[in-house]
Amino acid sequence: MTSTPIPPPGQVVAHGEGQHVSHNLTGFIIFLCSESVIFLAFFSGYAILRLSALDWLPAGVDGLEWRMPLINTVVLVSSSLTMVVAEHFKGKEKVWLFRAFWLLTMAMGAYFLYGQAVEWSGLKFGFTSGTFGGTFYLLTGFHGLHVATGVLLMGLMLFKSFIPGNYSGGEEGVKATSLFWHFVDVIWVILFVLLYVWRA
Amino acid sequence: MTSTLPLARPEEGQSWTRYFGFNTDAKVIGIQYIVVAFFFFLIGGFLAMIIRGELITPASDLVDRTVYNGLYTMHGTIMLFLFIFPVLNGLNNLLIPTMIGAPDMAFPRLNAVAFWLVPIFGSLLIASFFVPGGPAYSGWWSYPPVSIQNPLGNLINGQGLWLVAVALSGVSSIMGAVNFVTTILRMRAPGMGFFRMPVFCWTALAAQTLQLIGLPALTGGAIMLLLDLTAGTSFYRPEGGGDPVLYQHFFWFYSHPAVYVIILPVFGIFSELFPVYSRKPLFGYVYVSVASFIIVGLGLIVWVHHFFPSGVPEWMRNLFMFTTMLIAVPTGVKVFAWLGTIWRGKLQLTTPMLFCLGGLVNFVFAGITGIMLATVPIDIHVNNTYFVVGHFHYVIYGAAVMGIFAAIYHWFPKFTGRMPYEGLGKLHFLLTFVGANLNFLPMHPLGLMGMPRRVSSYDPEFAFWNVLASLGAFLLGVSIIPFLLNIISSWARGPRASHNPWNAIGLEWLLPSPPPEDNFGEHVPTVISRPYGYGSDEPLVEHQAEIEKALILQEATR
Repeated sequence: MTSTPIPPPGQVVAHGEGQHVSHNLTGFIIFLCSESVIFLAFFSGYAILRLSALDWLPAGVDGLEWRMPLINTVVLVSSSLTMVVAEHFKGKEKVWLFRAFWLLTMAMGAYFLYGQAVEWSGLKFGFTSGTFGGTFYLLTGFHGLHVATGVLLMGLMLFKSFIPGNYSGGEEGVKATSLFWHFVDVIWVILFVLLYVWRA
Repeated sequence: MTSTLPLARPEEGQSWTRYFGFNTDAKVIGIQYIVVAFFFFLIGGFLAMIIRGELITPASDLVDRTVYNGLYTMHGTIMLFLFIFPVLNGLNNLLIPTMIGAPDMAFPRLNAVAFWLVPIFGSLLIASFFVPGGPAYSGWWSYPPVSIQNPLGNLINGQGLWLVAVALSGVSSIMGAVNFVTTILRMRAPGMGFFRMPVFCWTALAAQTLQLIGLPALTGGAIMLLLDLTAGTSFYRPEGGGDPVLYQHFFWFYSHPAVYVIILPVFGIFSELFPVYSRKPLFGYVYVSVASFIIVGLGLIVWVHHFFPSGVPEWMRNLFMFTTMLIAVPTGVKVFAWLGTIWRGKLQLTTPMLFCLGGLVNFVFAGITGIMLATVPIDIHVNNTYFVVGHFHYVIYGAAVMGIFAAIYHWFPKFTGRMPYEGLGKLHFLLTFVGANLNFLPMHPLGLMGMPRRVSSYDPEFAFWNVLASLGAFLLGVSIIPFLLNIISSWARGPRASHNPWNAIGLEWLLPSPPPEDNFGEHVPTVISRPYGYGSDEPLVEHQAEIEKALILQEATR
């Protein structure tokens, strides 16, 4: 297969008899399952460090402000809904409505990142403030990296929707991005509970 | 039917230079993996020779003590991340598509990227020998607090390079695992249900599943270690409220299953080869296949047995002792299945069969010492002694590497089109088997006597067994010479191989040697029976007689 590149998402490719499907989505789902373990590792590390800590909060810090992150949570969770709506319109081949809701989802993701940045800049502790600061920035930063990736992926898919005929043979790229976005969303809900709801 | 067979495709026109570039053919990538792996094997082996050279006398006289720390750290890291994993991924690349009748891997370009990461992180790791302060010296586990020291204060230091290399190795392995799992799940030949799949594919699927579950945990732990080392966080730093044992959990949550990632494909190799050279079907095919996944499940819940003395609560010790011992059951199922296979068979003691038999003997021995080590009181006594070193070298070298050699001799004709020489192969086996046992058996009495691992000088009372072990190590060093001679000379001008020189059953043996670039292409045969139908005349695929006749005709006109 020297000269055969990976088919772009959505293009049907022949892979021997009776196997005329692209495997990109299967591969992506397997990757997401694997990726979730890295979060699981960080979550369990956080829980173990917190449960075994003598003084969890560094001196001069009395906890995390939860209002701003709560707004962020609402925005991120609703962005999963707008994404479902966008996909629904794509299924009905209403491309402009798809683009509108897709862009709205992107904007909500970008707002989440903005909110995260505002929260970070107002905090009185840093990355090196004990295990509390370390785990806080590690968890929110690593998740933020995923949100940023999701927004970039959405931008790429939006750009691809303007290529004529690109979505005619199936839309694995859009499906994969949407799976990724829901994944990022679920991770955030767990993260929110662990960081902000769990009180000592 | 003859007209639709994969025939007469020009193979000779392909240039050997394709092995040196970015190629997406799984068979090229497989050979690239194996050759690069053996390059690093020679480096790792050279380090082992220096280590055993140091240990042949009780005094620390050959190398400086700090150099010695770097040597065993790099020996372990190179052998695992740059030899064993790449060589197994090479075998996966060669065997999975041909065994299931797929034209290539599911994601050929991802496959090539995963391979090219190996020389990149390999060079990074080797480069750490030349940075100020030398390579990482905290052992291949890189436990904190030793691994979060940076006495020279340089941003680029041995430990940092080690961490980056291991992280890249993880990325490469995850790419590979996604590819292998997708290929096995989605690209099997028509008629090949899961219970008609060769056991090697079962074990590869199981091993790659473990990679997908375990590796992210190590990556997560390594990221935190790198931050502690360079960014001043205190995840593992007790003075900042951190917990060094947390790293041990992350590390072994992956690195124990990693042992199964190594040994499961070797179980697959044993299960493929014993039937061929005993001329009997594999005993208990279904049980052997399913046992692989029982090993996956249990293998994920035994990791704490690596650090029983590290302040682990009593209930945890007992629980993990129990699960560790439980793993002997599915493993035992496999061992008895192989014994049942060779029982009253017509054994053909070819080079691959000898390596399999030797590997099986060593594996059973390693399994027995493994159960001893699982027992908490014994483990606490021999923890961090040469008993442990002896145990895992029996697993890794005695069983896994011997199984890999068996696989190389067995499938060499298929993928190069040339037969390896039997005489050199048997010499290689003899030197390897004697060398491995002479090297690793004396480590057990040494450990029981209390000799700690990772020291460059020791009490003179340990000298006798150490001299034996060193002689065995040098014999192992010599054993690689007939192997290299054999492979290079037979690849260049060995006798031409037919499509099925061992009279084996399997889709890969219904392809020409070497197979065309897209294997069966559009003409994938339909599988109609279970694998390993030795002794019965039942065909494996539809129109098998025609396919074989066409292959013989093709060979006759070559």
